[in-house]
Amino acid sequence: MKVLNCPLNGPRNISEFAYGGEVESHPDPHACSDAEWTDFVFFENNAAAVVREWWCHVATAYWFIAERDTTTDEIVRTYPASEAFTQRMEFPAPARAPARGEDKP
Amino acid sequence: MPFGLLKYGFSKKYPARRHFAPRGDLRPSYDVVIIGGGGHGLATAYYLAKEHGITNVAVLDKGYIGGGNTGRNTAIIRSNYLTPEGVRFYDESIRLFRDLSQELDYNILYSERGHVTLAHTDAALRTMRWRVEVNKHLGVASELVLRDELARLVPQINLSEHVRYPVLGALHHPPGSIARHDAVAWGYGGAASRMGVEIHQKTTVTDILKKNGRVVGVVTDRGAVACAKTVQAVAGDSSLIAKMAGFRAPILTVPLQACVSQPLKPFLDAIVVSGSLHVYVSQSDRGELVMGGATDPYPLYSTRPSLEFKEGLMAHILELFPFLAEVKLLRQWSGMADMTPDFSPIMGLTPLENHYIDAGWGTWGFKATPVAGKRMAELVATGEVPGLIEPFRLSRFREFKLLGEKGAASVGH
Ligand SMILES: Cc1cc2nc3c(=O)[nH]c(=O)nc-3n(C[C@H](O)[C@H](O)[C@H](O)COP(=O)(O)OP(=O)(O)OC[C@H]3O[C@@H](n4cnc5c(N)ncnc54)[C@H](O)[C@@H]3O)c2cc1C
Repeated sequence: MKVLNCPLNGPRNISEFAYGGEVESHPDPHACSDAEWTDFVFFENNAAAVVREWWCHVATAYWFIAERDTTTDEIVRTYPASEAFTQRMEFPAPARAPARGEDKP
Repeated sequence: MPFGLLKYGFSKKYPARRHFAPRGDLRPSYDVVIIGGGGHGLATAYYLAKEHGITNVAVLDKGYIGGGNTGRNTAIIRSNYLTPEGVRFYDESIRLFRDLSQELDYNILYSERGHVTLAHTDAALRTMRWRVEVNKHLGVASELVLRDELARLVPQINLSEHVRYPVLGALHHPPGSIARHDAVAWGYGGAASRMGVEIHQKTTVTDILKKNGRVVGVVTDRGAVACAKTVQAVAGDSSLIAKMAGFRAPILTVPLQACVSQPLKPFLDAIVVSGSLHVYVSQSDRGELVMGGATDPYPLYSTRPSLEFKEGLMAHILELFPFLAEVKLLRQWSGMADMTPDFSPIMGLTPLENHYIDAGWGTWGFKATPVAGKRMAELVATGEVPGLIEPFRLSRFREFKLLGEKGAASVGH
């Protein structure tokens, strides 16, 4: 069984974790264009390289970051998300939510 | 009988047939370069030559033809999908598959078995009713069966109610079939080669040459070649080739594993699938049970199989077929599936003008080999996107027009 080193719980079987996608910068959903939003939601780098990824230890609901080589499956490093994100991200709601169908002509 | 066979073998009347012309040097330029010599790339080359008379074509593969997912899949062919676009598309493929041995003069061992998807929950039954209605509306044979009917159809299944997930009913799709997957690649490759298409194995594409937003050639580890058009059909490597062409794809490369048991006497006609248990199983003409399940839980560019996968798979197979407990596994392997967010493929135009994409085949693309080849060839030859594949365009993700097939594709393949 492959072992992943959780920054909170120590080394655990990888089956205890859930993969959460590559760490990407998150566009502001209220301000970005459709192209930026679809890029973020659907499109992927899918690189064959060492990649920064979100992982979650399911039993403790703890999210952290792992650097993993997507060609060898070697986990290079794991660390708490606070190492990469030093500031809280705020996405203030728009002043008034658009009514259904309002944005369509 | 052995003497008859020997006589046949040594007779000058039946010389051994070479599958392909041996690989020569790359020409300086081609009308079309197809990147990837799996079933899809080879079928595209075949239909380009046969239906459009375009034979100045090179198929380049970094390994050997059919060595990718084409030679690794569990060969399930069916058309009982959920979206009308999907059902129409896969139905055309089944019709092409039925005549393919004849058309290619090569036996692909097409074997119609009936495809049975088990439901263990009310929610699964509900989705199946929906699928049945969509299928029947489009003329595809598909029926919801309950336990008594299922017991007649596939008496081998354990229908006990004293298991973790008792079976409530099933979606029965009589046209469901299997075929010999390598034969599909060899058949298309051989027929294309006889019409003049060049097949270059052990030729890796390392870059795509562009000028003014158009492809002008490709770089390979055997030198550069010029070309008027390129098609990428590289399954698990789709994102890497797309990057060379200058765009990102909505694709993650995730391993999908499978295995076969030792050969057993024929006992299972139907292809049996359970989405809730993440298993599917069929018996090959050699008697091996061909078994698979869901993709690995995270992306990886590797074809290593794992023990966890088989442990999980076998626990579920034994719930359905407890009498297999003593049977040994014979082989295991893995392929790199190009997974899309909506479990539908991507075919058609790309941001690079004369570069066409055939990708996102994930765990379900073997059954589409003939139709994808035929329709991609039509697109490349005419420049017009055929109506049948238009809904699968790359730009659907920009328009939020996804084609959700997860309910019909995630484990069923
Ligand atoms: C275990 C498993 C089970 C499956 N079961 C089913 C099933 O039951 N039914 C079904 O319909 N589908 C199934 N699939 C999916 C199906 O196998 C694939 O979708 C289909 O075979 C894809 O065909 P292809 O020709 O596009 O790709 P491939 O056959 O993978 O061919 C791509 C080729 O591109 C080549 N290539 C890659 N990069 C380069 C490069 N840079 N230069 C040159 N060549 C390159 C590779 O060497 C490879 O030969 C399964 C897949 C797997 C892995």
